[in-house]
Amino acid sequence: MAETETANGSSLRNAFGNVLAVFILILIGVLAFSIRLFSVIKYESVIHEFDPYFNYRVTQFLTKNGIYDFWNWFDDRTWYPLGRVIGGTVYPGLTLTAGTMWWLLHSVNIPLSVETVCVFTAPVFSAFASWATYLLTKEVKGPGAGLTAALLLGMVPSYISRSVAGSYDNEAVAIFALIYTFYLYIKTLNTGSLFYATLNAIAYFYMVCSWGGYTFIINLIPMHVLLCIVTGRYSHRLYIAYAPLVVLGTLLAALVPVVGFNAVLTSEHFASFLVFIILHVVALVYYIKGILSPQMFKVAVTLVVTGGLAVCFAVAAVLVALVASSPTMGWSGRSLSLLDPTYASKYIPIIASVSEHQPPTWPSYFMDINVLAFLVPAGIIACFSPLSDASSFVVLYIVMSVYFSGVMVRLMLVLAPAACIMSGIALSEAFDIFTRSIKFQLPSLTETSPDEAGESSSGNAEIQNNVTKTDKNEDAQKERPLKKGKKKEKEASAKVSLKSRIEKRLLVLPFEASLIALFLTVLLGGFYVVHCVWAAAEAYSAPSIVLTSHTHDGLHVFDDFREAYAWLSHNTEVDDKVASWWDYGYQTTAMANRTVIVDNNTWNNTHIATVGTAMSSPEKAAWEIYNSLDVKYVLVVFGGLVGYPSDDINKFLWMVRIGGGEFPHIKEPDYLRDGQYRIDSQATPTMLNSLMYKLSYYRFVETDGKAYDRVRRTEIGKKHFKLTHFEEAFTSHHWMVRIYKLKAPKNRLRGKIKKSKSKTSSKRSSTAKRNPWQ
Amino acid sequence: MGLGTKMKVDLCIIFVSIALLSSPVFSDLIISKVDRRIDLTSHIVRITSTIKVENEGNEPVSDFVVAFPDKQSKHLAFLSANHNEGKGKKKSHGASLPVKSVQSEGMPKSLTSYSISLLKKLVKGESLTLEVLAVFAHFLKPFPEEVSQGDFQLVVFQDSAYYLSPYAVRVQTVIVKLPDARVESYTKLENSKAQGSEIKYGPYENQSPFSYSPIVVHFEYNKPYAVAQKLVREIEISHWGNVQITEHYNLVHGGAVLKGEFSRLDHQMTSHTKGASAFSRLLAKLPPRAHSVYFRDEIGNISTSNLRSDLKKTELEIEPRYPLLGGWKTFFTFGYGLPLKDYLFEAEEKRFVDISFGSPIDELVVDELVVKVVLPEGSSDLSVSVPFSVEQLEETKLSHLDISGRPVVVLRKTNAVPEHNQHFQVYYKFNCLSLLREPLMLISGFFFLFVACIAYSHADFSISKSSASYLAKLQWDEVLSIIQQLENIINRCLTIHEKLEASLSELSRTGNVQACKAARKAADSLLKELSKELKPLLTTLQSSPQAAQIFPKVEELVAKERELQERLITKHSIVVDCYEKKVSGREIENRVAPHQQKITALKHEVDDLLEYMDEI
Repeated sequence: MAETETANGSSLRNAFGNVLAVFILILIGVLAFSIRLFSVIKYESVIHEFDPYFNYRVTQFLTKNGIYDFWNWFDDRTWYPLGRVIGGTVYPGLTLTAGTMWWLLHSVNIPLSVETVCVFTAPVFSAFASWATYLLTKEVKGPGAGLTAALLLGMVPSYISRSVAGSYDNEAVAIFALIYTFYLYIKTLNTGSLFYATLNAIAYFYMVCSWGGYTFIINLIPMHVLLCIVTGRYSHRLYIAYAPLVVLGTLLAALVPVVGFNAVLTSEHFASFLVFIILHVVALVYYIKGILSPQMFKVAVTLVVTGGLAVCFAVAAVLVALVASSPTMGWSGRSLSLLDPTYASKYIPIIASVSEHQPPTWPSYFMDINVLAFLVPAGIIACFSPLSDASSFVVLYIVMSVYFSGVMVRLMLVLAPAACIMSGIALSEAFDIFTRSIKFQLPSLTETSPDEAGESSSGNAEIQNNVTKTDKNEDAQKERPLKKGKKKEKEASAKVSLKSRIEKRLLVLPFEASLIALFLTVLLGGFYVVHCVWAAAEAYSAPSIVLTSHTHDGLHVFDDFREAYAWLSHNTEVDDKVASWWDYGYQTTAMANRTVIVDNNTWNNTHIATVGTAMSSPEKAAWEIYNSLDVKYVLVVFGGLVGYPSDDINKFLWMVRIGGGEFPHIKEPDYLRDGQYRIDSQATPTMLNSLMYKLSYYRFVETDGKAYDRVRRTEIGKKHFKLTHFEEAFTSHHWMVRIYKLKAPKNRLRGKIKKSKSKTSSKRSSTAKRNPWQ
Repeated sequence: MGLGTKMKVDLCIIFVSIALLSSPVFSDLIISKVDRRIDLTSHIVRITSTIKVENEGNEPVSDFVVAFPDKQSKHLAFLSANHNEGKGKKKSHGASLPVKSVQSEGMPKSLTSYSISLLKKLVKGESLTLEVLAVFAHFLKPFPEEVSQGDFQLVVFQDSAYYLSPYAVRVQTVIVKLPDARVESYTKLENSKAQGSEIKYGPYENQSPFSYSPIVVHFEYNKPYAVAQKLVREIEISHWGNVQITEHYNLVHGGAVLKGEFSRLDHQMTSHTKGASAFSRLLAKLPPRAHSVYFRDEIGNISTSNLRSDLKKTELEIEPRYPLLGGWKTFFTFGYGLPLKDYLFEAEEKRFVDISFGSPIDELVVDELVVKVVLPEGSSDLSVSVPFSVEQLEETKLSHLDISGRPVVVLRKTNAVPEHNQHFQVYYKFNCLSLLREPLMLISGFFFLFVACIAYSHADFSISKSSASYLAKLQWDEVLSIIQQLENIINRCLTIHEKLEASLSELSRTGNVQACKAARKAADSLLKELSKELKPLLTTLQSSPQAAQIFPKVEELVAKERELQERLITKHSIVVDCYEKKVSGREIENRVAPHQQKITALKHEVDDLLEYMDEI
């Protein structure tokens, strides 16, 4: 349905012009927004998952305390006792965006809560992103492809997974920023306008503010520039598109506290500077070539090349020495694991322990981009006929993003826009050809009587020509009033449409074949739409903080996390410290407003290792570690009763590994029986005595008498035990969250247990004497 | 129970001293009979005293004084008195009598007294029956103050067996009603007996003023001891037909504090038998036509609630996120909408809202109750009528698209109990036309936006109108438009060419020479017209300096087109001639062939030139 609409849009462009395109774009925006509301309708308007809670908390702080306090915010609620400088360690783009939206709404007296604004930021920005895709694809292949690509992007599952309502994460705005930056780059490349070049630098600045993925831009664009230079496509437009971006962009990027001098110091940015130099050299060569005669030029080249090479080598040697002096070659861990996919699993368990840093499987490609995966090759081919600066850029973009998505699941998100652009181009070209073929042959079918069809092949061709001519005629007439003032915008599309017009005269498919192909393409699009809606409704809308299950007696809701966080926030002291595995750090600070030891910003490996060690140690040792950290409550997530698989027992090996990385007395083999991780009667004693085991299974046996763990599908190894240093403070309804309190240190009254008993009784009587009425 | 006796002694001393201090000011009245029912089935203690008063003095008396010891009076939340007419079972409650706090002379310091104004003065020898209801909050004290999860919660109630009054009392009885028969202990006096869940003291006869005999009842109390430390009720009136009520609760379990572990296992397994003081659900009785009910807290929706509604009432069973054990706190919000016409009335020139004051939750003590009535923007002349004393403020609230803000009446009441659930009225003036303000504002906003868009697209924002580059741009635009026209004309010529060709193919099929000639004639005239149109365009283009670069190309295009035209016409005439002379097909082809070649070549050239033009 929708595809035909856009196809119509491109063919009716001549008739209704921009109005229809704008209307379609608005509809696409509405679609992109509303397809992401499944989570609100099926669940509720709530922030999802882990990181979004942190962003939400930062936004709350920003709206309450203002921008200056935000930059200077030292957060003492986390990483106790170290704390964290929030202003200097977050990408502020998302927070500032939502904060601005909130402020704008409030200034016109629309009192939406910060939470509501945060929840709906991602859907709003995905509408923006689909518009940006339209602009970008329009620059590459004309408005028809633009509309198709925008529609595809509006509902691509990969992007939906990161931008459903409530998924308040950096990616939500960063994808828009990414596409928009690329659009402005292409725009500058097509027009050579300094105005767009400046806008491009600002868009790049916004991207740097929003997401660490900005390094993708600052590497991709130089690569494209290099590609253009190598293939002899150097022009003044290329210079204007690139040089201001590097200069202004780097200056602006350095303004973002979290990037700062990294913008010139780390290896991620070196490619751009190198290409910047190359570009200038090339520009100089072209200039000299212009003012010198060919012979003179040759002489000059030989002179400069010999001199220049020497200097270049010297500079390169210095650079290499500088870079090599740092242990990671100046690359950050995450970037290195991109270049070398095995790097993280070898050296940084904390990066490897995050599931979204794993390489994706084939089915996940089908799940996340669906039919686009098959359309992309067609789009690439379409980009090569003819190859322009812009289309070579999108080809480069898709190639790079396919590689990155192959390294990390998470970067599938970068692939999605590229895939949408390519598929949009492919689909729109296909539609163009099919509909054109049908249109050419439709009048001929009606005009020539069927018995003379064979004879009239030459006449046929002429009529086709006729049609094209009149078409052209109309086209020209319609374009005239629009041209005024908007020439530049039109130029690219006009060029493209003209080129394609020439091809169209050549590419005429048989009527029946094109009809069937058209039908099949629509069917393909329909399949994609069905898949996207399904993915949005079923696969990606669960907020993960609330779980549901369908049983025979209806929907059952597991709201244990919020139950526990609410309990913590209302029934413990404001300054109490809560220890848990880092996954729950953000949620605890945001929902329970309690100080945590570690959280999802895994900046201090040692601290995390300390918590991991405590969780893997026996009770007494763990108590000592926690007591030294002022911890009052320990929170564990336990899924054994209801079968919630991502609980702490399943994450326990990572705690052991990360703990063991810093504290060698924790050894992974001690927790494994013959290399197998188990918690049943075969489990090792170290495992059965670890704090995590005990806190998870404390009094578990009394629930069913057998202590059958529904996640591990086995009876647990050690069933009856008592806690000596901890006491149960709270357990949620389905036992998914268990909170323990550290017992106060015992008095040093050894051997006087009996006496103390009598003492307590006397104490009681003394309290009894207290008059309750006073 | 050393405690009980010790206390008794204390209190006795106090009240003996009170009795000594008492002065004869109140002695004109005498209480001939008092029946007190002390209802302890809820943690909100209700003492209903049915008092028969006689005037034995000479002076007519208009006030009747009731007194409470300070320890009771600080818990006193609500006091009302009714004039009780009729006799026996057929009691008819008269209007409630005004009650005010007085500081009478001659009263002992540790007593707080309230004066009830009688409807008419009581003259000598007359008697009347009063029914005084005193409601106390936080009056049941948990004892022991801390219990572990499995223990029962015990509470202590303390009062006097004799009716504490500045007047002499002839006959009196006290009945203490308990939730069930499980009593830990109670003060045994003469004439006291426990019967099931009731303890009866009395009858006692002829007690002097201020006589006091402390009693203590220590019993098991397992009903929800729910206390809202703060409740903010916001009632927002919308004249579009809705009253939106939002209530924010800070709830605490006011009973014995939990000591030691909380075990979910024990709670799930044995909560009905042991540790029953924990409560996990509360019942809110909402007005009958309540709709869009929600229940949430600051971190999202709370999914555990039930709503039952019928014609008479709506019952919302709310369950906080976690069960409340002793001393645990929680926070939640719930809200609902009500139809406006049930609550908004008009009286004379004013409108008034008539809505209930307190919390809809059963048996809830509210330590601090704040009721905010948000009136529509543009309301004026606010006045409030509340049946009891409250603190009153006014503020404004800025909500959706407000400019001046909505007036808010804030009423604050401490120690509110369900008896405060009475209707109160807020009177205000409001002009219905103000309703249209916000829609009109939106409409005009959008209108001006579109107007601005139109204006923008028609305006020229170049800074200098006389600069060389601007002029050049204008000229260039002109050139472009001319070229456009030129292209159009040439395209039209080309279509005419097509038509000519088409007529030729038609001729080859049908042999109709006449039709072909007609087509030729039409084409000729059209072409002539077009070439006429072409001429002025070419001259203007020639004169324009901007077009200097393009002009040769244009000229070339025109020339080529002309040549093409000529060739076509010759071809056409040759073919037509041949048909007239009935020359064979092959012959025709031979004759046409050179022309045909030239034509195709020219066509290509013209196409290329057109493309070039397009690209400008």
